[in-house]
Amino acid sequence: MTARDSRLVTRDLVVVGGGPAGLAAALAAGKAGVKDILLLERDQYLGGILNQCIHPGFGLHRYKEDLTGPEFADRLIRETIDLPGLEISLKSFVVKLTGGRIVTYLKPGLMAEVKARALIMATGCRERTREMIHIAGTRPAGIYPAGLAQKLINIEGLLPGREVVIIGSGDIGLIMARRFTLEGAKVKAVIEIQKGSRGLVRNVVQCLEDFGIPLYLRHRVALIHGRDRVEKVTVENLDSGARFELSCDTVLVSVGLIQENELLEMAGAALQGLNLTSLPGVFVCGNAYKVYDLVDTVARDSEQAGQMAAEYLRK
Amino acid sequence: MYDVLIVGGGVTGTAIARELSRYRLKLALLEKEVELAFGVSKSNSGIIHPGTQNPPGSLKGKLCVEGNRLTKKLAKELGVDYKEVGELIVIFSEDDRPRLLKIKADAEKLGVTGLRIVGRDWLLEHEPNINPEVLAALFAPTAGIISPYRWVYDQAENAAGNGVEILTSHKVIGIGKEAGRFDVSVAGGKVFSARFVVNCAGLCADEIAGMAGITGITIKPRKGEEFILDKKREYISNHLLFPLPAPTSKGVLVIKTSDGNPMIGPTAEEVADKEDLSTSDDGLKQVLESVKKLIPAVNENDIIAYFAGLRPVAGDDFIIRHEDKVPGLINVAGIQSPGLTAAPAIALLVAGLLKKNGLGLRKKFFFHRFRAKTVHLFSLLVTRISPLIRKDPAYGDIVCRCELVSAKEVREAVRRGARTLDGIKFRTRAQAGRCHGGFCTTRIMKIMAEELNLPMTAITKRGKGSELIKEERT
Repeated sequence: MTARDSRLVTRDLVVVGGGPAGLAAALAAGKAGVKDILLLERDQYLGGILNQCIHPGFGLHRYKEDLTGPEFADRLIRETIDLPGLEISLKSFVVKLTGGRIVTYLKPGLMAEVKARALIMATGCRERTREMIHIAGTRPAGIYPAGLAQKLINIEGLLPGREVVIIGSGDIGLIMARRFTLEGAKVKAVIEIQKGSRGLVRNVVQCLEDFGIPLYLRHRVALIHGRDRVEKVTVENLDSGARFELSCDTVLVSVGLIQENELLEMAGAALQGLNLTSLPGVFVCGNAYKVYDLVDTVARDSEQAGQMAAEYLRK
Repeated sequence: MYDVLIVGGGVTGTAIARELSRYRLKLALLEKEVELAFGVSKSNSGIIHPGTQNPPGSLKGKLCVEGNRLTKKLAKELGVDYKEVGELIVIFSEDDRPRLLKIKADAEKLGVTGLRIVGRDWLLEHEPNINPEVLAALFAPTAGIISPYRWVYDQAENAAGNGVEILTSHKVIGIGKEAGRFDVSVAGGKVFSARFVVNCAGLCADEIAGMAGITGITIKPRKGEEFILDKKREYISNHLLFPLPAPTSKGVLVIKTSDGNPMIGPTAEEVADKEDLSTSDDGLKQVLESVKKLIPAVNENDIIAYFAGLRPVAGDDFIIRHEDKVPGLINVAGIQSPGLTAAPAIALLVAGLLKKNGLGLRKKFFFHRFRAKTVHLFSLLVTRISPLIRKDPAYGDIVCRCELVSAKEVREAVRRGARTLDGIKFRTRAQAGRCHGGFCTTRIMKIMAEELNLPMTAITKRGKGSELIKEERT
């Protein structure tokens, strides 16, 4: 590293992640008296995954209103953004974290290193993939993690498929079944290996039953077919072993989320109780701590992480 | 009129193109797929074999040993990362020792250097995760690893820089021969005339040979399924780990890759369909059972990707010959393992065959031997990244989080020939990590649409028919 880059700036609090967890944590830390906060967001806007969740059901606890994801994000951003002493850095991707809380990040035109007196990791989660559940068959175009399909439709205005089979009946899968249907696509089925849906009851009713979309419980997709684009899937009844085929051009994979904690791993930190890690001064909140069902709970728990960081800095 | 037409843009065809580009020749390479390395080569393990596990006297053995030596040199010239990690052929029973010694003796006859038998203590020290029941291994220090696709792309780029026309989406559908000239027709209507044709069409080498009037070659696809583990598990092995070879393959291996991800596999299964690239539950089961005997800690939850490839098998050995019945035709068929290793030696052999059959090889005054190394952030130390970003801000604009690939690298890949999402993946590793493109696909598609001036609906995974988007809402 050259002299030009080596000025190691120290900040009181660095928050990694500008989704609901990072925003709520920064907000609470600021309110608790932390005067110097750097929030690093890897995307080009704040709000994280909420931006693509254009369905309602957000904010019932925090704002006592039924909001969409972007509305919830907007409220939280407005609460946070004018906090004195808060610097927000977008398109900033953390590549390295040390146990001594030195954060290295890249952004267009710049690589920077900052020493955090306290650090909150709010890096969210990622989707489990087709590959992680080892679905056999071919690898054509038309297989999407449900969140990617959601982004394509809701943010980019692109329809990725017309005949869809959805693997997994968690909330994201259910919501995407409705979303595709509203966009004029045909959702052929939702396939679930468990005995019941893993999603909220209201989503099973509003996203599947209202549209007459079949939910196959105790079934799995055994094979994906198609050379260039998905052509069909083979579905297997897990109890009887019976198989049948469904023709489709798209397979959505919605089989759960995994906390994205590679940076904490790099720093040698293990997750402990709520918002705590094994490293002093390093906190973790939101979906990076555990995968939550509701953003309202994420915001509530993450505010606590902000207060814990403020408390740590006072010591 | 071309001097030589090369049919097939895999590792063999591109190595031949690069070798012939030294000479004052008019050359073209025709590839049926939308990008190079989209056939057999994309499913390669990336192993540069030392030359073991080939019978003495075989063409495979001879070209493998020579190719191993040449690859090392060529990789330096072309700026491709090559790591000599060494391989271990491992045994667990005294009964197997004679076979191991036979492999060693055979390899020594072929000229493989540095071979030695190592015992249990050595193995436990140098491979801490190996099954402790291990007894001994044959250590071949000259085995190495390379990225098979980047190897193809970079050879092709250097060949193109030296004047070879590289033509993708050019599927050969007919070969006419008259008056000492081949007329090679491609789908779409164009005809290329040439004095010589080199057929290195992988799985279709028998069909191409047939078009030119040679009927004795049959390619039987032999499928191999491979499974890639998360980079976090890079440490599970320090060498390429082999069991004793099976009758039809080198067995199921624990492979180190030049990208850091361990890979396990491959299976070996004869299939009828040259397009059958499906993986199976059984394949996974079989691979896991086998590799756990080598490294018990291999965990199926660490799998982040898998694929199947087809080995183009034409009998026991490579077929590389000038066809005296069809003068000017050189068939390079049955280039399965160790084809990646042998490719540079095959290229020399083919150049010799061309010369022997009447092609004048006069060296160019200016031959660009060297190629500037492609930048991959993931292969650099963090401290090396900073000056790059100062030079070009787009190196700091990260597109693929899991594999650390910048917008600059993606754009550069398109400028260097990527036309599909798979092409971007093979060149840059964007989408090849643990999220499998969940986060970065949209961004990559946008960069491609911008660079290629295409609507999003025209972006494909691997060519026509594999479009990702059905409809654009405006």
